[in-house]
Amino acid sequence: MNENLEMTYNEELPETEPVAVKEIVKKKNIIQESFKRVHARRRLTQGILFTIFRIAAMINGIGLAVIVFFMVKNGWRAITWEFLSQVPTDSMTKGGILPCIIGTLSLSIGAIAVSLPIGVASAIYLNEYARPGKFLRIVRLGISNLAGVPSVVFGLFGLAFFVIWLKMGESILAGSLTLGALTLPVIIGSTEEALKAVPNTYREASLGLGATKWQTIYRVVLPAATPGILTGAILGISRAAGETAPIMFTAAVFFTPNLPTSVFDKIMALPYHIYVLATAGTDIELTRPLQYGTALVLIALVLGMNTIAIIWRARLRKRLK
Amino acid sequence: MTETVKISAQHLNFYYGDAQAIFDVSLDFKPCQVTALIGPSGCGKSTFLRCLNRMNDLIPISRVNGKILLDNENIYDQSVDVVMLRRRVGMVFQKPNPFPKTIFENAAYGLRVNGVRDKAFIEHRVEESLKKAAIWDEVKDRLNESALGLSGGQQQRLCIARALAVEPEVVLMDEPASALDPIATQKIEDLIHELKESYTIIIVTHSMQQAARVSDMTAFFYIGKLIEVGETDTLFTRPRLKQTEDYITGRFG
Repeated sequence: MNENLEMTYNEELPETEPVAVKEIVKKKNIIQESFKRVHARRRLTQGILFTIFRIAAMINGIGLAVIVFFMVKNGWRAITWEFLSQVPTDSMTKGGILPCIIGTLSLSIGAIAVSLPIGVASAIYLNEYARPGKFLRIVRLGISNLAGVPSVVFGLFGLAFFVIWLKMGESILAGSLTLGALTLPVIIGSTEEALKAVPNTYREASLGLGATKWQTIYRVVLPAATPGILTGAILGISRAAGETAPIMFTAAVFFTPNLPTSVFDKIMALPYHIYVLATAGTDIELTRPLQYGTALVLIALVLGMNTIAIIWRARLRKRLK
Repeated sequence: MTETVKISAQHLNFYYGDAQAIFDVSLDFKPCQVTALIGPSGCGKSTFLRCLNRMNDLIPISRVNGKILLDNENIYDQSVDVVMLRRRVGMVFQKPNPFPKTIFENAAYGLRVNGVRDKAFIEHRVEESLKKAAIWDEVKDRLNESALGLSGGQQQRLCIARALAVEPEVVLMDEPASALDPIATQKIEDLIHELKESYTIIIVTHSMQQAARVSDMTAFFYIGKLIEVGETDTLFTRPRLKQTEDYITGRFG
């Protein structure tokens, strides 16, 4: 390659050429010289940096693969039909985890049912209606602070507010509301991003046709933003399904053989069950496979819910094209 | 017939925050005529155009004073419903901006938001406006496909059809052909010729040739002021002011 470049640029100066042309060729040669000087170094720098970036990107994939591999390796033996469809027996050393699966499913769905409408409505207000000013700044500050609150604090808040003050007791309802509050900043954040990504020209075109602001939002902006909002819902559900601290005081119990019949029932939940088996079970070593099995089920559950949302989102995106 | 005026700006001033963008502009637009607004970038012609259907209301820090009369009624009056106003004064934007919906739904959008439910009527109006915008033949077999699959020129004609479907009285066009190739541009210009029989058209353009080709009247703006307005033929051949002459002959701008 270098030879080629030399042939093209490193021209000899013919005696007969006018001075101006000689000048140009001289400049070209200077540029060519410095090009050759830095060429190897530039390529090396680029190569090293890209390798670093590539490794950084790979670490993500490897991390996930290692976790999943570890879970599958240690837990797959525990996964049987009985494990998925029975209640725990013999002080939770045998039997299944059906109540935990039902519990986590209902808490995640409950949480998203609370946070999606409130979060999307808040984001619409913040992004479409609110005029910039002090009030808006305070609300935004509040939301970003909410995102930084440790989850155990949400648990204590849920205990004090929903469980005790609103007399909900430890229940799916109280747990869902607590998890809903926890996922709210995630939903608001991603919905706002999705709304911001909708081109302003859509809004102008709609308003220019005599649509009201709400019609514009409902008919044009929200449909265009739905895939992005779904991304937020995915993140929210995943977060809600995996949390332990917020449900410890508000919804989840150590053990109950009964499946819930209403939102006022206490339930078992996968993350809390893992915690219980691993720290306070009757025989921690004996239940090791059950712990990994439960973790595996939790990961599969989150992955499953995400997959549904991702397929839904892909179909929506296709329809928008 | 006496001289009628469809829409008229009277001593209009416009401010973005503290910066004044339009200075005391008074300008009349007659029905069934095309008026071109020309001038160098940043001269306020687009801002002026967007005052005519109160599109500038969307900019939080903006401020207007003066009047704009539509059929002798000031559109900046408290009693005027801006949603109703925008139905009467339609707009076509610089970049084609069809919604990410089907071609049919794009053309039907204005009717739907204005509460029209009659399916047969909507279908009829959609066809009529697509025909008026000279795009019916190209899309009649693919009405249920996404509008985003159309070419830029087709998209812009669809946007014109979309604006026409609600039967506006005035159509504002903000450099409607600036993002299009010459053939698509010519189609839009031909269209403007036909449309002026039924609509009052006000078009902002950067192209002097385009202004000369499509308009009856031309108004020349410079740094927020209306410098000269007159019949297009006269303004381009015998401008009264030196500034106008300099601009149209390309000596600056």
